[in-house]
Amino acid sequence: MSGMSLDNNYVQPSDNGLFGEFGGRYVAETLTHALDELVLLYKQAQQDPVFQQELHRDLTQYVGRPTPLYFAERLTQELGGAKIYLKREDLNHTGAHKICNTIGQALLAKRMGKPRVIAETGAGQHGVATATVAARLGLKCDVYMGAEDIERQSLNVYRMKLLGANVVAVHSGSKTLKDALNEAMRDWVTNVDDTHYIIGTVAGPHPFPMLVRDFASVIGKEARAQILEHEGRLPDTLVACVGGGSNAMGLFHPFINDTEVDLVGVEAGGHGLSTGAHAAPLNEGSVGVLHGNRTYLMADSDGQIQQTHSISAGLDYPGVGPEHAYLKDIGRARYDSATDDETMAAFRLLNRTEGILAALETSHAIAWVMTHAPKMSKDKIIVVNLSGRGDKDINTIAKLDNLQLT
Amino acid sequence: MTRIKQFFSENPERKALVSFLTAGDPTPLHTVPAMHALVEGGADILEVGVPFSDPEAEGPAIQAANERALANGMSLAKVLQQVAQFRLEDSQTPVILMGYLNSVLAMSDFAARAQRAGVDGLIMVNLPPESGSSLKEQLEQHDIDLIYLVAPTTTHKRAQLILNQASGFVYYVSLKGITGAGHLDTGEVAERLEVLRSQTDLPICVGFGIKDPATAKLVAPFADGVVVGSALVNLLYEHKDNPIAGAQALKAAVAALRASID
Repeated sequence: MSGMSLDNNYVQPSDNGLFGEFGGRYVAETLTHALDELVLLYKQAQQDPVFQQELHRDLTQYVGRPTPLYFAERLTQELGGAKIYLKREDLNHTGAHKICNTIGQALLAKRMGKPRVIAETGAGQHGVATATVAARLGLKCDVYMGAEDIERQSLNVYRMKLLGANVVAVHSGSKTLKDALNEAMRDWVTNVDDTHYIIGTVAGPHPFPMLVRDFASVIGKEARAQILEHEGRLPDTLVACVGGGSNAMGLFHPFINDTEVDLVGVEAGGHGLSTGAHAAPLNEGSVGVLHGNRTYLMADSDGQIQQTHSISAGLDYPGVGPEHAYLKDIGRARYDSATDDETMAAFRLLNRTEGILAALETSHAIAWVMTHAPKMSKDKIIVVNLSGRGDKDINTIAKLDNLQLT
Repeated sequence: MTRIKQFFSENPERKALVSFLTAGDPTPLHTVPAMHALVEGGADILEVGVPFSDPEAEGPAIQAANERALANGMSLAKVLQQVAQFRLEDSQTPVILMGYLNSVLAMSDFAARAQRAGVDGLIMVNLPPESGSSLKEQLEQHDIDLIYLVAPTTTHKRAQLILNQASGFVYYVSLKGITGAGHLDTGEVAERLEVLRSQTDLPICVGFGIKDPATAKLVAPFADGVVVGSALVNLLYEHKDNPIAGAQALKAAVAALRASID
């Protein structure tokens, strides 16, 4: 077990990128050198006040941070239990937390003198966030996206094109997010000299899980200060949805040493864990190696990665960030799931009670709150990461309501 | 002594021709006849791809082969059955499995079963030497070489770390990119191999981007062996409806490669 809960000094990963037995760097040898360079450069950037000021200025003036921590009074009343606060990441520029990471990594790319960035995307949010910062810094940008997702998320595809990015359709494998990641890795292996790969979540080979977590941690740092200001104490529970897990890691990380705060990640339960049609590797998966790291995966007995299902394209991923795997195994965080139906109910409830249209990914976290807040006493406090807004999902939702929008 | 070491020690002057195919592609019926045909045509070492759902380092040809093989119901257990079947008629030719770590992790007694099937070596594309020690130990107990790749981007210092772990031979990746890519710079390869030779006594085979007798001939003078993959995979696929014709075509293609490097 980690000494984290004993000495309040959680420092992960180790120098070789391991979170306990998870993480690491399971990649083709060609990439190792670029990853080593990135580790070194990131270390320098962390200690460079100029870099930190640049990042802070961008987060403040361009992204619009800090985002509010909002007391959801009507939702709290409706559920009749714990007080519910929403960390409004939907109010970031481009509509989700993803841009905190892409801003940071694009600044690193600039520092490395790499004129081109690439990214993978599922729902398109990370692709849009990457295309946005690439436009702003004048970097060439190619975004890999599964052919199936391109169909499902045409709005974001068009946004990326307007931003000057080239969207590359991936036709291999299941034609979704995991295949887009494979294709981005292949691009990077080929163009490693002039290209930085902006991974969109806390997965991939070291140092990406650490790097993405650190850039996303601004969420938790702000939330911690804000709740102390509002309530004069730390919350009882933090809740966030988990696909790869960047928004959850960003909220959790600054609270890891506060062991009195429960950390709850909510995976995509799809049609229900018992049906097999879900994307919940921390609940139902097994340990394996994919996309450069050792973590929990949805794989069959032959080690083949399985097809996943979720109503939200952004959670439709068979793996999960290695630090979540570690937090699960040491018992610091727990991971639950919400089904598609529970998610839709939560999506509707938040619209009606608070006038907030959350992303379907985010609505998984709200669904957990719907189930659990009523069972908690009124003096308990929950902070939910409202990781993104749901405009991109309007077509999906209208289709469920049998409506055809033009 | 594994068959790999035996081959290199008994044939010090011969350039090794390492030929690749994906097990179960285009159909499982193609695989064993194709393996025999490759040997008849002049291949010295057979590299057999274990189909995986997410082959990150492969170009389009081998990606497609992986998908076809999985659609045909292939698994690591079935690959081992095919190797065992090949061994019934060929006890000499070294056979190496190439694939991705998650396949091997999913079979707890992989090393023992692979040895029983007649496997001599393993290439794990996504296993760095830093994380390879427990697998290497298991493989050593079963006389299977763990073959490592060295890339153009590998630093001199790191190459030494890899070479200290490697056995069988060293696989030098001849270009920055994926399998089957087309921008091979033979001058660069020659320079790097000279340096690597000062770091190891292991034989060095060169792969990625060698697609025909002409490219094989360019690389062979300074390598101990050449690896040909995507080109053979594409050729076999052209005969997807006829395993026998496929085997004959492979035999002819390998014979031409053989002639170009001898």
